[in-house]
Amino acid sequence: MDPLSDIIIDIRGMSFSRGSRTIFDDISIRVPRGKVTAIMGPSGTGKTTLLKLIGGQLRPDSGQILLEQDDIPKLGRRELFLARERMGMLFQSGALFTDMSVFENVAFPLRVHTDLTNDMIRDIVLMKLQAVGLRGAAKLMPSELSGGMARRVALARAIALDPDIVMYDEPFTGQDPIAMGVLVNLIRRLNQALGHTSIIVSHDIKETLGIADYVYMVADGRVIAEGTPNELSTVDSEQVRQFMQGLPDGPVPFHYPAPDLMQDLLQETP
Amino acid sequence: MLDWIQTLGQNALSRLAAFGRAGQLLLQSLVARPAPFTMFPLLVQQLYFVGVLSLVIIVVSGGFIGMVLGLQGYTILVDYGSEQAVGQMVALSLVRELAPVVTALLFAGRAGSALTAEIGLMKATEQLASLEMIGVDPLRRVIAPRFWAGFISMPILTVIFSVVGVWGGAIVAVDWLGIYEGSFWANMQHSVDFKEDVLNGIIKSIVFGAVVTWIAVFEGYDCVPTSEGISQATTRTVVFSSLAVLGLDFILTALMFGEL
Repeated sequence: MDPLSDIIIDIRGMSFSRGSRTIFDDISIRVPRGKVTAIMGPSGTGKTTLLKLIGGQLRPDSGQILLEQDDIPKLGRRELFLARERMGMLFQSGALFTDMSVFENVAFPLRVHTDLTNDMIRDIVLMKLQAVGLRGAAKLMPSELSGGMARRVALARAIALDPDIVMYDEPFTGQDPIAMGVLVNLIRRLNQALGHTSIIVSHDIKETLGIADYVYMVADGRVIAEGTPNELSTVDSEQVRQFMQGLPDGPVPFHYPAPDLMQDLLQETP
Repeated sequence: MLDWIQTLGQNALSRLAAFGRAGQLLLQSLVARPAPFTMFPLLVQQLYFVGVLSLVIIVVSGGFIGMVLGLQGYTILVDYGSEQAVGQMVALSLVRELAPVVTALLFAGRAGSALTAEIGLMKATEQLASLEMIGVDPLRRVIAPRFWAGFISMPILTVIFSVVGVWGGAIVAVDWLGIYEGSFWANMQHSVDFKEDVLNGIIKSIVFGAVVTWIAVFEGYDCVPTSEGISQATTRTVVFSSLAVLGLDFILTALMFGEL
C-alpha cells in the first residue's frame, strides 16, 4: 500500500526564516496516519524548529501546516490549545517538571485536561509507566533519574492523553546503547499498540531507519530526498549518500569556509 | 561619533522593545485571562516560597535597623535634651521610608533573583515549551501565580518589618538606654498618623511589590536560555529592581509628602 494514502499532517509550501537566515524554503512534507515518519538531516537544519512549527509554537512566514482540516498557524489561541491536546511531544531534554515526582509529571496532562477521579488517574498513570517500564520509579523525583529514564518518563507523559500524534525530538541523542535500544523498541511498540502517528526528528541513522516507515531528508531548508528506508538507500545523490554513510567530506564540507591556508599562515599577526 | 549615536539608538530601541514585551507579558498573564480557581493552590505554594521563606531575612533586618535607629536617634537627640522623641523618630522613619524601601531591596535580592533563575531554568530545560505543548498556558500556570504572590507578600512583609523595627528601637531606647517608656510610646502614638504615614508606606510597598515581581518574572521569561543568559538575567533583576525601587520611592515620596 502507498504509505502516503492517508495523511494526518500536510505541510504545503511552508517557508520560515529567523532574522535574515532562511530555515525552510517552500518545504512540503506529508505525514501518513498511524505510521512512523522520520525527519532526518544534519544538525542545524531546523528539524526541531519543524516540530515547533507543527506544534504551533512558531509561526511560518508563509504556507500551510494542516492537521487534518485545521491550518495550525491560522488557529486562534483556544483552538491551538485544543489541537495540542491531540499531540504529544517528547523534548530532547525530557523537559520533566522538576518540582513534581515522576507520577505527578505523568498525571499532569490528565489533571489539566480531564475530569477523571484520582483513582482513575492513578490507574492510567501506572499503566503508562508500566508501558515504559518505570512503574517502580513512580515516587522518584526527576533529579533522581538517569537521562534514559527521564526520557522514558517524558514519553509516558507524552502519551498520557492518548494523543493522535507523538513527536520525538532527537530521542536517541546522548543515550547509552542499552537506553537507546530500549527507546527504539518502545517507540515502535507504542506506535503499533496505540495506533498513533509518530514523527521522529533525528540524525541517528541506524536507529531511525530501523523503525521508520517513511523518511524525509532535510538539508538547506529543502527536502533533498524522501521515501521508505529501502528507497533512500538507493537514492543517487551525493548529499544523501554523505549523510547516510557519515562521510566526513562531501557536499557538506569538512572545512568551515576560510581563506587559503598558506595565505593565512603567512599573514602577519595584526 | 556616528557609531556612538548608533549604539545609543540601538540600545534605546532594544530597551523600549523589552519594555513593550514586559507590558505584553503582564497583560497576558493577568488581565486577559484570569483563572482564579486553578490558580489558587499554585498561589498558596508561591506565597510560601516568595513570602514565608523571606520572613527570616526581613525580621532580622527589621530588628537590626530598628535598633540602629534607636541608638543613633538617642545619641543625637540627647544633646538637645529631647531623647523622648526617639520613639517618634524610629516609627516615622520606618513606616514612611525604611520599611518599604529596605524590604523591597531585600525582597529583590532574595525572592526576585530566585524567581528569575527558576523561570529562566524552566525555559532552558524546555519546561515552559512542554507546558505549551501539553496545552497549558505557561503565563497562566507559571507567571501569574508568582506575580500575585510577590504582589501580596510585599505589603505584608513591609508591615512585619515596621513592627519588628519599632520593637527593636524600643529595646535599645527603653530597655538599654533607659528612656521613659511612657513618653517613648506616647510620642510615637501622637505623631504617627495612620492615613498619612502608615497607609502611605503600605501604598509604596504595594507599588514596589508589583514592580519588583514584574521585573523578576519578565527577566526570567525573556532570558536567553543558557547558563550565561540566566546569570545575566538574574543580575539584571536585582539591579533593575533596586534602581526602580529607589527611583519610584523618590517619586512617590514627592507625591505623598512633598509640595510638588
